[in-house]
Amino acid sequence: MKTRFLIPGLLAIAMGFTGCATKPYDYANFRAHPPRSILVLPPLNESTDTRGTYGYYSTVTRPLAEMGYYVYPVVVVDQYMKENGLPTAGEMHQIPLDKIRDIIGADAVLYITVKQYGSKYQVVTSTTIVTAEGKLVDVKTGITLWEGSASVQQSSSSGNIIADLVAAAVDQAINSSTDQAHYLAPQVNVQMFTTKNHGLLYGPHFPKEKEQ
Amino acid sequence: MKRPRLKLLLASLAVPVLFTGCRSPDVYYWGHYEDLVYTTYAKPDKAPPELQVQFMEEDLHKAISANKPVPPGFHAHLGYLYFQLGKTDLAQQEFVTEKTQFPESTVFMDRMLANLSKK
Repeated sequence: MKTRFLIPGLLAIAMGFTGCATKPYDYANFRAHPPRSILVLPPLNESTDTRGTYGYYSTVTRPLAEMGYYVYPVVVVDQYMKENGLPTAGEMHQIPLDKIRDIIGADAVLYITVKQYGSKYQVVTSTTIVTAEGKLVDVKTGITLWEGSASVQQSSSSGNIIADLVAAAVDQAINSSTDQAHYLAPQVNVQMFTTKNHGLLYGPHFPKEKEQ
Repeated sequence: MKRPRLKLLLASLAVPVLFTGCRSPDVYYWGHYEDLVYTTYAKPDKAPPELQVQFMEEDLHKAISANKPVPPGFHAHLGYLYFQLGKTDLAQQEFVTEKTQFPESTVFMDRMLANLSKK
């Protein structure tokens, strides 16, 4: 668990921000139906890395909770759905909203799609990229409250060919076994959920004194 | 020798920036919760319920000393682990605690509690 902080420290980090259109998001629906609780379903995974769904899913609770929302316990929800005949994220995303209201009692559902997830290795560099989209839907009305997306890229290269060759070999050995993209996912969440005028609004548990 | 040093310097600068960002201190005491959720899926053999319970009970004590609440879902997750271990009474207690701490969880926790009494 310590590797989480150690591995990025070994690499020179370059980040690519995307998204962040200039026009602020229209929060009219969000303000009209402000949720207290959010059900996060296991993300759909459109990447080629099979770890995408759960490598991402496990990073979503913290940012949403810290923004003031009640977030349903992800493992318990996931397990409950699997035991009730919904083995995949794809099937869970099809659950009718009235059923979610009845079984979970959530105010809103967050549907996430992981578009890119994983590491690529060129000769002297490795690049890890995570791209995700989120859509928050009001359970009572089915109205979309918010939509957002974010992408974060991290690569290692120093410009020194010999050092890079060694570093790339080390990276590949480390990354392929440690699911490097998982450690990048929290940054995608920060960008997607907290970017001013594009992220989520604060929820009811957010401390008043922290609001700016 | 200059290059690796530069690289190290860059890394040491980049990491704190990335991880602190513009966030103020967390409201909740997170402890091992996120890591346990991840490990449950990534390496299930490394996260048996007994071990998870041990980590979470420890976190609970640390949260109390830190005078911070545990996050949403923490007690529900712990309750589910107790349930897996056949400790129904403890499971029930945790589901009720989740409800008390976060009334938003009531519908789902009542469902979990009803499941317990069925078994």
